Amino acid sequence: MSVTAISFFVAIVGLTLVITWWASKRTSSASDFYTAGGGLTGWQNGLAIAGDYLSAASFLGIAGSIALFGFDGFFFSIGYLVAYLVVLYIVAEPLRNLGKFTLADMITARFDKAKVRGVAALSTITIVLFYMIAQLVGAGALIQLLLGIPYWVAVLLVGFMMTIYVLFGGMTATSWVQIIKACLLMLGTVIISFLVLAKFDFNILTMFSEMKTATANGEAYLNPGLKYTNGLDTISMLVALVLGTAGLPHILMRFFTVKDAKTARSSVIWATWIVGIFYILTIFLGFGAAAFVGLDDIVAANAAGNMAAPLLAEALGGDILFSFVCAVAFATILAVVAGLVLSGASALSHDIYGQIIKKGKVTEKEQVMAARIGSIAIAVVSIILALGAQTLNVAFLVSFAFCIAASANLPVILYTIYWKRFNTAGAISAMLTGLISALVIVSMSPNVWNPVEGKAIFVGEPLIMLTNPAIISVPLGFLAGWLGSYLSPSEDPAIFREVEVKAQTGISVQDVSH
Amino acid sequence: MAKNSPVVDYEKIAQLESFKELTKKKNAFLWTLTAVFLVAYMLLPVLTSYTDILHKKAIGDITWVWIYSAGLFIMTWGLAHLYVAKASNFDRDAKAIIDEYERSVS
Repeated sequence: MSVTAISFFVAIVGLTLVITWWASKRTSSASDFYTAGGGLTGWQNGLAIAGDYLSAASFLGIAGSIALFGFDGFFFSIGYLVAYLVVLYIVAEPLRNLGKFTLADMITARFDKAKVRGVAALSTITIVLFYMIAQLVGAGALIQLLLGIPYWVAVLLVGFMMTIYVLFGGMTATSWVQIIKACLLMLGTVIISFLVLAKFDFNILTMFSEMKTATANGEAYLNPGLKYTNGLDTISMLVALVLGTAGLPHILMRFFTVKDAKTARSSVIWATWIVGIFYILTIFLGFGAAAFVGLDDIVAANAAGNMAAPLLAEALGGDILFSFVCAVAFATILAVVAGLVLSGASALSHDIYGQIIKKGKVTEKEQVMAARIGSIAIAVVSIILALGAQTLNVAFLVSFAFCIAASANLPVILYTIYWKRFNTAGAISAMLTGLISALVIVSMSPNVWNPVEGKAIFVGEPLIMLTNPAIISVPLGFLAGWLGSYLSPSEDPAIFREVEVKAQTGISVQDVSH
Repeated sequence: MAKNSPVVDYEKIAQLESFKELTKKKNAFLWTLTAVFLVAYMLLPVLTSYTDILHKKAIGDITWVWIYSAGLFIMTWGLAHLYVAKASNFDRDAKAIIDEYERSVS
């Protein structure tokens, strides 16, 4: 590792620690800790959403997938972007108007029962853990490669950093780490894309023509079908991508950090532009890596293609750009895992401890203490799981987290806001069915079972050929919510009318929690 | 603002004609466009998996699948801004409803 690389890493770690120190002085209440006091502006929150969303799986994973599989890698970019329309059109504003700290707050605005909150917290924690393991495994592998340190040391390093940010700086520190990371990531991506375009004389047509012969796949590289050959599986994966975002706890939590629905809306617009431009640029990252690094070298560095973007930076900009991009990738991982810890801790400390065990009778001081202990608990559990999960495929873990979010959380969110007949039994059956069916189907899938030893967790024939269960588990989640509601007595419609008035008008955003 | 008053009579607001009208108008807009963009999006994997019409060349060596994808990006930005434009009208209506309610209780 060069002096340049070390300087970039130290600069990023130093900067984020200064932010955490500054944020720690402004973090005294539970609201400061979980939602930065609801005081972020539209552009700040928009950048933070982008920073939260563009994970290592996006930056390293998609660039690698496009490099290896051409158009098939780009499916992820499309799905992750269009997902923002689902968030903007049907989830963001009602959520801001109904919730306080967590998704469970929003659902219990209608069904004020401990078991509803408990199940919502359970699904949040499950999604957070899967997503977090994916990020930590990816981080460990990347840092191991970059710094030449063992995997477990790398995981502990990232785990330690994320705990520091959250523990001392709460949501304020986490948000600013995400904002800075989003800016650095965009800067790095724009520079690499510019250099790639320059190589093709700034002509997109030339780029496509040259890509026909740049890889061993020939013209097939420019069309879908290199990786995804099973139509149903492709469709299933795209369902998970587009519907999952609107159910991801750490993304939903970002709508409680602004003061009203209008600011929530403007932050989604900011995020949509930043994320969209980034995903367009993934084409240049992927094509550039395939053309100027070569598939053999990419696969030699990492079989899944995760090193494509850093290697491309090295090929085009030498040691300085390589070091910069590696440092940005490191910052990316830190920002995402910090957001995840916070959303997991909110479910554990606010929902389970504060609202269920203590029935809301906690002082401000106890809440902040519980939030800090919850953060440590989530961090420790995910670090331990990540240490044992080194061989799992990162892209699969991420898309599976999206699948659970789409199956367990989205149906209940939509029914709560929009469906009058929905009731407590419906809410619980929707969440449990979505969660359990996703877990059961994936445990029978090719990701878990493979006849060839070492290709999956167990040796044997998979019972179902879908790698992503969304196409079955999402409809099951909706169906269970519908059935559960109709098979049990209807509840007082006055509560739905109250929720509807609040969701639609934003009246009394301050006193929603029961 | 109603925010500061101790109790809000949600039932009363829910019964206002203007509120019912807003909810109807808003939901019609949201769900129509949600259906439009979800269909446009899901058509992509259906077309690429079961037909090869998007595999043909459109401009130079760029195939239709890239053009279709670019269309989805433009659609996303366009619909996001359309939403913001529409939502400011809904905000105005919502404010009028709250004002109407406040006049009726004071």
